[in-house]
Amino acid sequence: MNQLINYTLHLADNTLVLAQRNSEWCAHGPILEQDIAITNISLDLIGQSRNFYQYAAQLINENTLASSSSDKVYSGSTGAKGEVTEDSLAYIRTEREFKNCLLVELPNGDWGQTILRQFFFSVYQYLLYEQMQNSSDVQLSAIAEKSIKEVTYHVRWSSEWLIRLGDGTEESRQRMLKAIDYLWMYTGELFIPASFELIMNIDHEIVKEKWMDKIKCVFEEATLPVPDGTYMQSGGKEGKHTEHLGFVLADLQYLQRTYPGAEW
Amino acid sequence: MNEVMNILAEADLLKQKEVKDVYDLLEEVCDPEVPVLSILDLGIVRDVIVTPSAEDNDRDVTVTITPTYSGCPAMDMIAMNIRMQLLSHGYKNIKIISVLSPAWTTEWMTEKGKSKLKEYGIAAPHLLKDDSDLHAVECPQCNSRDTKLLSQFGSTACKALYQCISCKEPFDYFKCH
Repeated sequence: MNQLINYTLHLADNTLVLAQRNSEWCAHGPILEQDIAITNISLDLIGQSRNFYQYAAQLINENTLASSSSDKVYSGSTGAKGEVTEDSLAYIRTEREFKNCLLVELPNGDWGQTILRQFFFSVYQYLLYEQMQNSSDVQLSAIAEKSIKEVTYHVRWSSEWLIRLGDGTEESRQRMLKAIDYLWMYTGELFIPASFELIMNIDHEIVKEKWMDKIKCVFEEATLPVPDGTYMQSGGKEGKHTEHLGFVLADLQYLQRTYPGAEW
Repeated sequence: MNEVMNILAEADLLKQKEVKDVYDLLEEVCDPEVPVLSILDLGIVRDVIVTPSAEDNDRDVTVTITPTYSGCPAMDMIAMNIRMQLLSHGYKNIKIISVLSPAWTTEWMTEKGKSKLKEYGIAAPHLLKDDSDLHAVECPQCNSRDTKLLSQFGSTACKALYQCISCKEPFDYFKCH
């Protein structure tokens, strides 16, 4: 049960942290339509993270009732009264408790870097949800079935931008090359399953293979070179993050930490 | 035997009427983002169950709804509006369940809903065969099919932004989903 809870929290954290990062573009997008696009993607991701957090909270609460006190299903941070809700999981847990991949917590950089991060992640998410739809866990399968429709748009949108920028001006191309150089070493972690990911019947090798195929195909159209670097960063899934996550959470959690339990 | 059958048939009719009464009330609950559409037009009401209450002489009502998009901020409001509508018509024991599967699709939108959308100035969802078919969206103002996609994302999660090349008018398109 602990592993299923950790797995669900991992999925929730991935979507929440990327949503928070994308939302930093709100009112700062290059043009109005794209400002709306990136914040719409943010909203889809927040919606997905809510579904995962609600499910995680439900699993924690049901199994805490059912188990003895010595055999805790969840020993992480809770709300002020010891409660576990979708909000406490998002707003109260510390950075070491977050299980998101490093890729999603990295700074936005310029528009090109944000687009590339979204593209890498959306393609991964699409392939993951495609398999998760067939999961024996009814709720995770339902969330995947729902979310994949939204992710389809994210993949299309970020692919189009990648092609436009890669095969655009000398300036936009240089920026994409720089973004690739920066982000590439954070992609490997996506395909190295943490212990809690092994409970789900997902073939990570297939996800990786199909992901590479899609990257190659879109990169080719964007006239961008596929990197051959093999050194990869990891640790996010086990709570070992870059220095950036703390700042993301400081923004995200500010209100609930300053005014615990505040509602309006 | 016939008598029993008659009683059962009568009970069945009564039950159908009770469910229909609830549906009639739900027809008056609108999507807060696109107020011309009722939640029935939108196809988000998946089930209504009316059962005799265990506690009193009243009826328990369970309404099952499904979100259009995961992050649609209107869903919480829609659930609240359903509750208010039923409460204000004398129902006391109301349960609203949100389900994710099967995932909502624009195919569940009623024909009446689609024509109401068009009158309101939003192009109704239209099944696109592939990406090259993106231009098949019809302008709700002048009915021209000479339109172009401005942005896949619009003012709400369910809409994309288009412009009509014939009459130059920008318009929202309710995305096929």
